[in-house]
Amino acid sequence: MSSKIWIAATASVFLAASAHAADSPDGKAVFDKWCEPCHGDGPGKPGTAALQALYNGQKPALLEERTDLVPEITKAFVRSGVSVMPFFRKTEISDAELDALAEYLAP
Amino acid sequence: MAVPPGVSERDFARALREFESAVGSEWVFASDEDVALYRDAYSPFKGEPEERVASAAVAPATVEEVQAVVRTANTYRIPLYPISTGKNLGYGGSAPNLSGSVVLDLKRMNRILEVDDRNHTALVEPGVSYFDFYCYIQEHKLKVWMDCPDPGWGSLIGNALDHGGGYTATPFRNHFDAHCGMEVVLPNGELLRTGMGALPNAKTWQQFKFGVGPWIDGLFSQSNYGIVTKMGFWLMPEPDAFLTGTVVVPKQADLVPLVDILNYLENSGVVNGMPQLGSPLLGGFFDPISDELRELIQGGASTEELEAYAARRGTGYWSCTVKFYGPEKAIRANWEYAQEKFSAIAGATFENGEFFKFPLSAEEIEQITRNQALGSRNATLPEFGVPSLTMFSIGARSATNPNPTEGHMWFSPIIPRTGEAIFEANRVFAEAARELDLPFNAVGFSLPTTYWNRAFVYILAFPVSKDIETNRANRAKFERLVQIAAEHGWGEYRTPPAFQEAVMNAYSFNNHALRRFHETLKDAIDPNGILAAGRYGIWPRHLRHMRQG
Repeated sequence: MSSKIWIAATASVFLAASAHAADSPDGKAVFDKWCEPCHGDGPGKPGTAALQALYNGQKPALLEERTDLVPEITKAFVRSGVSVMPFFRKTEISDAELDALAEYLAP
Repeated sequence: MAVPPGVSERDFARALREFESAVGSEWVFASDEDVALYRDAYSPFKGEPEERVASAAVAPATVEEVQAVVRTANTYRIPLYPISTGKNLGYGGSAPNLSGSVVLDLKRMNRILEVDDRNHTALVEPGVSYFDFYCYIQEHKLKVWMDCPDPGWGSLIGNALDHGGGYTATPFRNHFDAHCGMEVVLPNGELLRTGMGALPNAKTWQQFKFGVGPWIDGLFSQSNYGIVTKMGFWLMPEPDAFLTGTVVVPKQADLVPLVDILNYLENSGVVNGMPQLGSPLLGGFFDPISDELRELIQGGASTEELEAYAARRGTGYWSCTVKFYGPEKAIRANWEYAQEKFSAIAGATFENGEFFKFPLSAEEIEQITRNQALGSRNATLPEFGVPSLTMFSIGARSATNPNPTEGHMWFSPIIPRTGEAIFEANRVFAEAARELDLPFNAVGFSLPTTYWNRAFVYILAFPVSKDIETNRANRAKFERLVQIAAEHGWGEYRTPPAFQEAVMNAYSFNNHALRRFHETLKDAIDPNGILAAGRYGIWPRHLRHMRQG
């Protein structure tokens, strides 16, 4: 995805995420707001680069292409962090948003 | 459940109930699982009893809720620790200085209240991140830039209050300097507005900083005198164009006039982008030095030998890339003028660099992102006001770093903006690196960062480890560096909570007159000592025994 498109997508997703905050959260919107800047496609994404180095092609470096991320895994990493990735507070990603994110990334 | 120091379990339970009635029960966090999310993800005390941890957290959504929380905290003497987005990683994150504090999480206060692209100002709440603000600008097609630091998830307000810096034009890179007007909840719960904001119905709160009388905004930065709930900023109008050019000089001693001329050009406004000092002899993260040069350095090569090597390779000894924002004709003329000034150095050569017109195309943004990811010396996203998280490649696992860290912290003293100071700092810190067995770079020479046009920042990175003994040793080395710097008249501009005490102690002119003044203010403004105890070495009276030194 080109950066320009990412910017436009993030802007609209941000607004969409705000608009739907009171309803059931959109897992893709949560991903784009909180995960994409590190785990998205393209250059300058340290999370993607880290997983590329870790798995060396045995698993996809992009989280959105993974087929083994059961919800418990996603929730554990978001709430516990790993290496330089910090954990996220509930004022950032609420439990409901985390459920939606985990479902979005689940196989 | 942890209880704040000096507070009974009964009073703490009452306070939590009052917090719940102020902000809603879902926004008070007291379970171990929830409170753990307020740890410092990059704490150098990981796994040690000294780690600073919260007892609970409360997340108000409005100024009135902040005031209610503060009043309750006064009633029960509950220590509060305000955070904005809580992403000040490397400087404490979302954790308090004083264990047992209740974190006042302002992330929910995330409204962008105004962006004026006629006079280029903004007014925001503390939970607004650089990403949020950038998206707002894009969505509303506003022709303004917000200067951003490396990580885009930080708070405009939090970063400015912590004296953070960025990468665009000179007037905007110092984020505190670029603010205009504050709203502050004082430790007694009263609401204060600074500058023109003190005038009821003011029309110029974000346009004129001072109002009338003493200008007190600085008191609310790196301190614990109030909770900033709104803050104005001056924005950079989107320029017409951006241009870079590089001067290369042949001799080691040329660094002195190189910096002097650079200072002239920056302080007179000719160069208004963030310059970049370099040396082909230092290599780069993805550009290691040659075996020949490594052998020369390890063999203790003389200055003449290094200069001869540089001449042989045709690389020059030092480089300085200067950057310009503005109308195309004007910045091309400024680059020409800069070349005239740098030509005073014998043997100086010049190379034209990058040129962009704004707005950037999608392809240009992608190329800039790619260059930044590769660690090239080309312009990076923050130089165009575009936030990212690319900086977190530092320490993260990658093709070149199979052993990721658990975070980082920066040792960052301010040194004079002279070539002589660069040489002296390198001599002093190279000696310290040998004494302390620090992981200095292979060449043993480091050039300072140029965020600000009146002083350099000399930065050394310390990784945070999973290993307790490594972290203990690194903390001791960090504190020793603070002492060494102070012995040479260099003080840090910003530091993690673990070292705020040590750094403040170094600012000891006239028997710590500055710290004593801070304490006098603290006692007057916050007599119950409820707010951010210990931040930047400022302790309330009843906890002053915890002060080291």
